[in-house]
Amino acid sequence: MSDRQPYAYDSKIEGNIIFTRLDAAINWMRGNSLWPMPMGLACCAIELMAAGASRFDIARFGAEVMRFSPRQSDVMIVAGTVTYKMAMAVKRIYDQMAEPKWVIAMGACASSGGMYRSYPVLQGIDQLLPVDVYVSGCPPRPEALLDGLIRLQKKIMSEDSFLEQKKELLAAL
Amino acid sequence: MKLSEAADAITSRFKEVITATNEFRGELTLTVAPHALREVGKFCHDELNFELLLDISSVDNYDYEPRFEVVYELYSIVDGIHLRLKTTAMESEPSVPSVCDVWPGANWHEREVWDLMGIRFEGHPDLRRIIMWEGYPYHPLRKDFPIEGKPSEVPEGTFSEVAPLGGGPFVTIPASTNAKNREPRARGTEVAVHTEDFPQEP
Repeated sequence: MSDRQPYAYDSKIEGNIIFTRLDAAINWMRGNSLWPMPMGLACCAIELMAAGASRFDIARFGAEVMRFSPRQSDVMIVAGTVTYKMAMAVKRIYDQMAEPKWVIAMGACASSGGMYRSYPVLQGIDQLLPVDVYVSGCPPRPEALLDGLIRLQKKIMSEDSFLEQKKELLAAL
Repeated sequence: MKLSEAADAITSRFKEVITATNEFRGELTLTVAPHALREVGKFCHDELNFELLLDISSVDNYDYEPRFEVVYELYSIVDGIHLRLKTTAMESEPSVPSVCDVWPGANWHEREVWDLMGIRFEGHPDLRRIIMWEGYPYHPLRKDFPIEGKPSEVPEGTFSEVAPLGGGPFVTIPASTNAKNREPRARGTEVAVHTEDFPQEP
Protein backbone atom coordinates (compact mmCIF):
# COMPACT_ATOMS: atom_id res chain seq x y z
CA MET A 1 0.00 0.00 0.00
CA SER A 2 1.40 3.30 -1.02
CA ASP A 3 1.59 6.21 1.37
CA ARG A 4 -0.15 8.56 -1.06
CA GLN A 5 -3.90 8.23 -1.71
CA PRO A 6 -4.98 9.15 -5.22
CA TYR A 7 -7.24 12.18 -5.06
CA ALA A 8 -8.06 12.75 -8.70
CA TYR A 9 -8.55 9.21 -9.88
CA ASP A 10 -10.11 6.25 -8.11
CA SER A 11 -10.46 3.08 -10.17
CA LYS A 12 -13.18 1.77 -7.83
CA ILE A 13 -15.69 4.50 -8.62
CA GLU A 14 -14.48 5.92 -11.88
CA GLY A 15 -16.81 3.80 -14.05
CA ASN A 16 -19.85 4.74 -11.97
CA ILE A 17 -19.83 8.49 -12.35
CA ILE A 18 -21.29 10.26 -15.33
CA PHE A 19 -21.50 13.92 -16.00
CA THR A 20 -24.65 15.22 -17.69
CA ARG A 21 -27.28 17.90 -17.61
CA LEU A 22 -30.16 17.42 -15.19
CA ASP A 23 -32.66 17.72 -18.04
CA ALA A 24 -30.97 14.96 -19.97
CA ALA A 25 -30.90 12.67 -16.96
CA ILE A 26 -34.57 13.29 -16.13
CA ASN A 27 -35.62 12.79 -19.72
CA TRP A 28 -33.58 9.61 -19.97
CA MET A 29 -35.32 8.23 -16.92
CA ARG A 30 -38.76 9.31 -18.05
CA GLY A 31 -38.39 8.11 -21.59
CA ASN A 32 -37.14 4.68 -20.74
CA SER A 33 -39.80 3.77 -18.23
CA LEU A 34 -43.04 4.92 -19.76
CA TRP A 35 -45.91 3.25 -17.98
CA PRO A 36 -48.80 3.09 -20.43
CA MET A 37 -52.46 3.54 -19.65
CA PRO A 38 -53.99 1.10 -22.17
CA MET A 39 -57.15 2.83 -23.37
CA GLY A 40 -58.30 -0.11 -25.49
CA LEU A 41 -61.57 0.73 -27.20
CA ALA A 42 -61.67 -1.43 -30.32
CA CYS A 43 -59.64 -3.84 -32.45
CA CYS A 44 -56.46 -1.74 -32.02
CA ALA A 45 -56.41 -3.01 -28.45
CA ILE A 46 -55.76 -6.52 -29.78
CA GLU A 47 -52.64 -5.25 -31.53
CA LEU A 48 -51.71 -3.38 -28.37
CA MET A 49 -51.90 -6.68 -26.49
CA ALA A 50 -49.80 -8.31 -29.18
CA ALA A 51 -47.22 -5.56 -28.75
CA GLY A 52 -47.08 -6.45 -25.08
CA ALA A 53 -46.80 -10.19 -25.62
CA SER A 54 -43.65 -12.22 -26.08
CA ARG A 55 -43.22 -11.95 -29.85
CA PHE A 56 -42.97 -8.16 -29.94
CA ASP A 57 -42.29 -7.53 -26.27
CA ILE A 58 -42.82 -3.88 -25.47
CA ALA A 59 -40.65 -4.49 -22.38
CA ARG A 60 -37.61 -4.02 -24.62
CA PHE A 61 -38.47 -0.33 -24.62
CA GLY A 62 -39.37 -0.08 -20.97
CA ALA A 63 -43.11 0.31 -21.45
CA GLU A 64 -44.34 -3.08 -20.31
CA VAL A 65 -45.92 -1.93 -17.07
CA MET A 66 -49.52 -1.48 -18.22
CA ARG A 67 -51.23 0.48 -15.48
CA PHE A 68 -54.98 0.25 -15.35
CA SER A 69 -55.01 3.12 -12.92
CA PRO A 70 -54.53 6.54 -14.51
CA ARG A 71 -52.79 7.82 -11.39
CA GLN A 72 -49.83 5.52 -11.97
CA SER A 73 -49.38 5.91 -15.70
CA ASP A 74 -47.37 8.24 -17.93
CA VAL A 75 -48.63 7.68 -21.46
CA MET A 76 -52.18 7.05 -22.55
CA ILE A 77 -52.39 4.80 -25.60
CA VAL A 78 -55.79 5.52 -27.14
CA ALA A 79 -56.28 2.33 -29.12
CA GLY A 80 -59.51 2.24 -31.03
CA THR A 81 -62.68 4.04 -32.08
CA VAL A 82 -63.64 6.84 -29.72
CA THR A 83 -67.39 7.27 -29.73
CA TYR A 84 -68.92 10.46 -28.37
CA LYS A 85 -70.43 8.36 -25.60
CA MET A 86 -66.95 7.20 -24.55
CA ALA A 87 -65.12 10.46 -25.29
CA MET A 88 -65.82 12.13 -21.98
CA ALA A 89 -64.75 9.01 -20.08
CA VAL A 90 -61.44 9.04 -21.98
CA LYS A 91 -60.98 12.72 -21.15
CA ARG A 92 -61.79 12.11 -17.51
CA ILE A 93 -59.22 9.32 -17.27
CA TYR A 94 -56.64 11.53 -18.98
CA ASP A 95 -57.36 14.33 -16.52
CA GLN A 96 -56.63 11.96 -13.64
CA MET A 97 -53.17 11.10 -14.93
CA ALA A 98 -50.32 12.80 -13.12
CA GLU A 99 -48.00 15.18 -14.97
CA PRO A 100 -45.90 14.70 -16.99
CA LYS A 101 -48.16 12.78 -19.34
CA TRP A 102 -48.25 11.96 -23.01
CA VAL A 103 -50.79 10.58 -25.46
CA ILE A 104 -50.35 8.17 -28.34
CA ALA A 105 -53.27 8.03 -30.79
CA MET A 106 -53.05 4.48 -32.07
CA GLY A 107 -54.71 3.73 -35.39
CA ALA A 108 -56.87 5.57 -37.86
CA CYS A 109 -59.95 5.88 -35.65
CA ALA A 110 -58.22 7.48 -32.69
CA SER A 111 -56.26 9.77 -35.03
CA SER A 112 -59.03 10.98 -37.31
CA GLY A 113 -62.22 9.02 -36.84
CA GLY A 114 -60.98 6.61 -39.48
CA MET A 115 -63.59 4.96 -41.62
CA TYR A 116 -66.33 5.97 -39.19
CA ARG A 117 -67.45 9.16 -40.89
CA SER A 118 -70.75 9.12 -39.08
CA TYR A 119 -72.83 10.54 -36.27
CA PRO A 120 -71.66 8.60 -33.17
CA VAL A 121 -67.87 8.78 -33.60
CA LEU A 122 -65.52 11.53 -32.45
CA GLN A 123 -63.40 12.54 -35.45
CA GLY A 124 -60.02 12.13 -33.76
CA ILE A 125 -59.10 12.15 -30.09
CA ASP A 126 -56.99 15.26 -30.70
CA GLN A 127 -60.22 17.24 -30.43
CA LEU A 128 -60.12 16.52 -26.71
CA LEU A 129 -56.56 15.56 -25.74
CA PRO A 130 -53.13 16.89 -26.77
CA VAL A 131 -51.78 14.02 -28.88
CA ASP A 132 -48.00 13.56 -29.07
CA VAL A 133 -47.70 10.71 -31.56
CA TYR A 134 -50.14 9.47 -34.20
CA VAL A 135 -49.72 5.89 -35.35
CA SER A 136 -51.28 5.12 -38.72
CA GLY A 137 -52.84 1.80 -39.65
CA CYS A 138 -56.15 0.07 -39.34
CA PRO A 139 -55.17 -1.47 -37.02
CA PRO A 140 -51.43 -0.72 -36.90
CA ARG A 141 -49.12 -3.68 -36.60
CA PRO A 142 -47.30 -4.00 -33.26
CA GLU A 143 -44.08 -2.83 -34.94
CA ALA A 144 -45.84 0.41 -35.85
CA LEU A 145 -46.85 0.96 -32.25
CA LEU A 146 -43.31 0.25 -31.10
CA ASP A 147 -42.08 2.75 -33.69
CA GLY A 148 -44.51 5.30 -32.30
CA LEU A 149 -43.25 4.57 -28.82
CA ILE A 150 -39.63 5.08 -29.89
CA ARG A 151 -40.61 8.36 -31.54
CA LEU A 152 -42.29 9.43 -28.31
CA GLN A 153 -39.11 8.54 -26.43
CA LYS A 154 -37.12 10.69 -28.85
CA LYS A 155 -39.57 13.52 -28.30
CA ILE A 156 -39.24 13.18 -24.53
CA MET A 157 -35.45 13.18 -24.82
CA SER A 158 -35.57 16.53 -26.59
CA GLU A 159 -37.76 18.22 -23.98
CA ASP A 160 -36.42 20.90 -21.67
CA SER A 161 -38.41 19.50 -18.82
CA PHE A 162 -36.52 20.97 -15.86
CA LEU A 163 -35.99 24.30 -17.52
CA GLU A 164 -39.64 24.60 -18.48
CA GLN A 165 -40.68 23.69 -14.97
CA LYS A 166 -38.43 26.35 -13.58
CA LYS A 167 -39.84 28.93 -15.97
CA GLU A 168 -43.40 28.00 -15.00
CA LEU A 169 -42.48 28.23 -11.36
CA LEU A 170 -40.97 31.66 -11.84
CA ALA A 171 -43.96 32.83 -13.84
CA ALA A 172 -46.26 31.65 -11.09
CA LEU A 173 -44.45 33.64 -8.41
CA MET B 1 -97.62 -27.96 -35.01
CA LYS B 2 -96.87 -26.75 -38.50
CA LEU B 3 -96.62 -23.12 -39.50
CA SER B 4 -99.83 -23.30 -41.53
CA GLU B 5 -101.72 -24.66 -38.53
CA ALA B 6 -100.37 -21.88 -36.33
CA ALA B 7 -101.35 -19.32 -38.96
CA ASP B 8 -104.86 -20.74 -39.14
CA ALA B 9 -105.17 -20.63 -35.36
CA ILE B 10 -104.15 -16.97 -35.22
CA THR B 11 -106.18 -15.76 -38.18
CA SER B 12 -109.34 -17.57 -37.07
CA ARG B 13 -109.09 -16.18 -33.56
CA PHE B 14 -108.01 -12.62 -34.44
CA LYS B 15 -109.87 -12.15 -37.69
CA GLU B 16 -110.56 -8.45 -37.19
CA VAL B 17 -107.08 -7.30 -36.19
CA ILE B 18 -104.95 -9.17 -38.75
CA THR B 19 -104.82 -6.62 -41.55
CA ALA B 20 -102.55 -8.52 -43.94
CA THR B 21 -101.07 -11.97 -44.41
CA ASN B 22 -98.02 -12.47 -46.57
CA GLU B 23 -96.23 -15.70 -47.32
CA PHE B 24 -92.95 -15.59 -49.21
CA ARG B 25 -90.68 -18.62 -49.65
CA GLY B 26 -92.11 -20.36 -46.63
CA GLU B 27 -91.84 -17.31 -44.38
CA LEU B 28 -95.13 -16.13 -42.98
CA THR B 29 -95.70 -12.49 -42.05
CA LEU B 30 -98.83 -11.33 -40.27
CA THR B 31 -99.59 -7.62 -39.98
CA VAL B 32 -101.42 -6.86 -36.77
CA ALA B 33 -103.25 -3.71 -35.75
CA PRO B 34 -101.15 -2.01 -33.08
CA HIS B 35 -103.79 -2.03 -30.35
CA ALA B 36 -104.07 -5.85 -30.51
CA LEU B 37 -100.36 -6.61 -30.72
CA ARG B 38 -99.90 -7.60 -27.08
CA GLU B 39 -102.93 -9.86 -27.21
CA VAL B 40 -101.76 -11.62 -30.38
CA GLY B 41 -98.26 -11.95 -28.95
CA LYS B 42 -99.59 -13.45 -25.75
CA PHE B 43 -101.66 -15.94 -27.72
CA CYS B 44 -98.62 -16.91 -29.83
CA HIS B 45 -96.53 -17.32 -26.70
CA ASP B 46 -98.99 -19.17 -24.49
CA GLU B 47 -101.03 -21.26 -26.92
CA LEU B 48 -98.77 -21.75 -29.94
CA ASN B 49 -95.42 -22.24 -28.18
CA PHE B 50 -93.64 -19.28 -29.77
CA GLU B 51 -91.57 -18.95 -26.63
CA LEU B 52 -88.56 -17.27 -28.26
CA LEU B 53 -88.58 -13.67 -29.48
CA LEU B 54 -85.55 -13.57 -31.77
CA ASP B 55 -85.50 -9.88 -32.60
CA ILE B 56 -87.46 -6.68 -32.83
CA SER B 57 -86.62 -4.35 -35.68
CA SER B 58 -88.23 -1.32 -37.20
CA VAL B 59 -88.64 0.20 -40.65
CA ASP B 60 -88.92 3.86 -41.56
CA ASN B 61 -91.14 4.30 -44.63
CA TYR B 62 -90.36 7.98 -44.95
CA ASP B 63 -93.02 10.04 -46.76
CA TYR B 64 -95.62 7.28 -46.36
CA GLU B 65 -98.25 6.97 -43.70
CA PRO B 66 -98.16 4.97 -41.45
CA ARG B 67 -94.50 5.91 -41.44
CA PHE B 68 -93.07 3.24 -39.12
CA GLU B 69 -93.29 -0.54 -39.03
CA VAL B 70 -92.16 -2.63 -36.07
CA VAL B 71 -91.23 -6.21 -36.90
CA TYR B 72 -91.19 -9.08 -34.39
CA GLU B 73 -89.42 -12.34 -35.22
CA LEU B 74 -90.90 -15.26 -33.29
CA TYR B 75 -89.56 -18.78 -33.09
CA SER B 76 -90.95 -21.95 -31.60
CA ILE B 77 -88.21 -24.16 -30.21
CA VAL B 78 -90.64 -27.05 -29.72
CA ASP B 79 -91.96 -27.04 -33.27
CA GLY B 80 -89.04 -25.44 -35.06
CA ILE B 81 -91.19 -22.88 -36.88
CA HIS B 82 -90.63 -19.20 -37.49
CA LEU B 83 -93.30 -16.50 -37.57
CA ARG B 84 -93.04 -12.80 -38.26
CA LEU B 85 -95.43 -10.25 -36.81
CA LYS B 86 -95.59 -6.68 -38.08
CA THR B 87 -97.33 -3.67 -36.72
CA THR B 88 -97.43 -0.03 -37.69
CA ALA B 89 -96.97 3.35 -36.01
CA MET B 90 -97.97 6.79 -37.23
CA GLU B 91 -95.51 9.63 -37.82
CA SER B 92 -96.76 11.94 -35.06
CA GLU B 93 -95.81 10.46 -31.68
CA PRO B 94 -95.23 6.89 -32.89
CA SER B 95 -96.08 4.34 -30.25
CA VAL B 96 -96.85 0.63 -30.04
CA PRO B 97 -97.64 -1.52 -26.98
CA SER B 98 -94.74 -3.20 -25.22
CA VAL B 99 -94.46 -6.99 -25.16
CA CYS B 100 -91.98 -7.07 -22.28
CA ASP B 101 -94.34 -8.96 -20.01
CA VAL B 102 -94.88 -11.64 -22.69
CA TRP B 103 -91.22 -12.05 -23.63
CA PRO B 104 -88.84 -10.52 -21.04
CA GLY B 105 -86.12 -10.52 -23.71
CA ALA B 106 -88.01 -7.80 -25.55
CA ASN B 107 -86.79 -5.25 -23.01
CA TRP B 108 -83.48 -4.29 -24.63
CA HIS B 109 -84.77 -4.74 -28.18
CA GLU B 110 -87.52 -2.22 -27.49
CA ARG B 111 -85.05 0.16 -25.91
CA GLU B 112 -82.92 -0.07 -29.04
CA VAL B 113 -85.88 0.67 -31.32
CA TRP B 114 -86.82 3.62 -29.12
CA ASP B 115 -83.26 4.91 -29.11
CA LEU B 116 -82.52 4.71 -32.81
CA MET B 117 -85.97 5.05 -34.40
CA GLY B 118 -87.91 6.98 -31.79
CA ILE B 119 -90.88 4.66 -31.44
CA ARG B 120 -92.29 4.59 -27.91
CA PHE B 121 -93.36 1.32 -26.31
CA GLU B 122 -96.34 1.81 -24.03
CA GLY B 123 -96.00 -0.19 -20.83
CA HIS B 124 -92.24 -0.73 -21.08
CA PRO B 125 -90.79 -0.95 -17.55
CA ASP B 126 -87.65 1.10 -18.24
CA LEU B 127 -87.67 2.88 -21.59
CA ARG B 128 -84.24 4.55 -21.65
CA ARG B 129 -81.78 4.97 -24.48
CA ILE B 130 -79.47 1.98 -24.86
CA ILE B 131 -76.86 2.93 -27.50
CA MET B 132 -76.80 6.72 -27.72
CA TRP B 133 -76.26 8.62 -24.50
CA GLU B 134 -78.93 9.98 -22.21
CA GLY B 135 -79.99 13.44 -23.36
CA TYR B 136 -79.14 12.98 -27.07
CA PRO B 137 -81.95 14.81 -28.84
CA TYR B 138 -82.26 12.80 -32.09
CA HIS B 139 -83.14 9.32 -33.32
CA PRO B 140 -80.35 8.61 -35.80
CA LEU B 141 -81.73 5.70 -37.84
CA ARG B 142 -84.63 7.75 -39.12
CA LYS B 143 -84.47 8.49 -42.83
CA ASP B 144 -84.49 12.25 -42.30
CA PHE B 145 -81.39 12.11 -40.07
CA PRO B 146 -78.16 12.76 -42.03
CA ILE B 147 -75.36 10.20 -41.70
CA GLU B 148 -72.84 12.92 -40.76
CA GLY B 149 -74.90 13.63 -37.65
CA LYS B 150 -76.08 16.83 -36.05
CA PRO B 151 -74.38 18.95 -33.41
CA SER B 152 -75.65 18.49 -29.89
CA GLU B 153 -74.48 19.07 -26.37
CA VAL B 154 -75.59 17.68 -23.04
CA PRO B 155 -74.75 19.88 -20.05
CA GLU B 156 -72.29 18.03 -17.77
CA GLY B 157 -72.24 15.30 -20.42
CA THR B 158 -70.93 14.59 -23.83
CA PHE B 159 -71.36 16.35 -27.16
CA SER B 160 -71.53 15.53 -30.83
CA GLU B 161 -70.47 17.34 -33.97
CA VAL B 162 -71.03 17.01 -37.68
CA ALA B 163 -68.57 14.55 -39.22
CA PRO B 164 -66.91 15.85 -42.41
CA LEU B 165 -67.88 13.57 -45.26
CA GLY B 166 -65.64 15.10 -47.92
CA GLY B 167 -61.98 14.20 -48.32
CA GLY B 168 -59.92 12.37 -45.75
CA PRO B 169 -57.56 9.41 -45.80
CA PHE B 170 -60.23 6.81 -46.48
CA VAL B 171 -61.64 8.35 -49.64
CA THR B 172 -59.93 7.04 -52.72
CA ILE B 173 -60.21 8.16 -56.29
CA PRO B 174 -61.78 5.11 -57.86
CA ALA B 175 -60.44 3.28 -60.85
CA SER B 176 -63.73 2.98 -62.62
CA THR B 177 -66.72 5.12 -63.39
CA ASN B 178 -68.94 2.80 -61.43
CA ALA B 179 -67.05 3.29 -58.19
CA LYS B 180 -67.23 7.04 -58.64
CA ASN B 181 -70.97 6.91 -58.67
CA ARG B 182 -70.93 4.62 -55.68
CA GLU B 183 -69.81 7.24 -53.19
CA PRO B 184 -70.54 10.71 -54.55
CA ARG B 185 -71.01 12.51 -51.24
CA ALA B 186 -67.71 11.42 -49.72
CA ARG B 187 -65.55 13.28 -52.20
CA GLY B 188 -66.74 16.80 -51.65
CA THR B 189 -67.19 19.35 -54.36
CA GLU B 190 -63.75 20.93 -54.25
CA VAL B 191 -61.94 17.88 -55.63
CA ALA B 192 -62.06 17.82 -59.40
CA VAL B 193 -62.90 14.37 -60.69
CA HIS B 194 -62.27 13.82 -64.37
CA THR B 195 -64.33 10.84 -65.28
CA GLU B 196 -62.87 10.73 -68.78
CA ASP B 197 -59.47 9.80 -67.27
CA PHE B 198 -60.81 6.65 -65.68
CA PRO B 199 -60.16 3.36 -67.43
CA GLN B 200 -63.39 1.92 -68.70
CA GLU B 201 -64.77 -1.26 -67.20
CA PRO B 202 -64.21 -4.23 -69.51
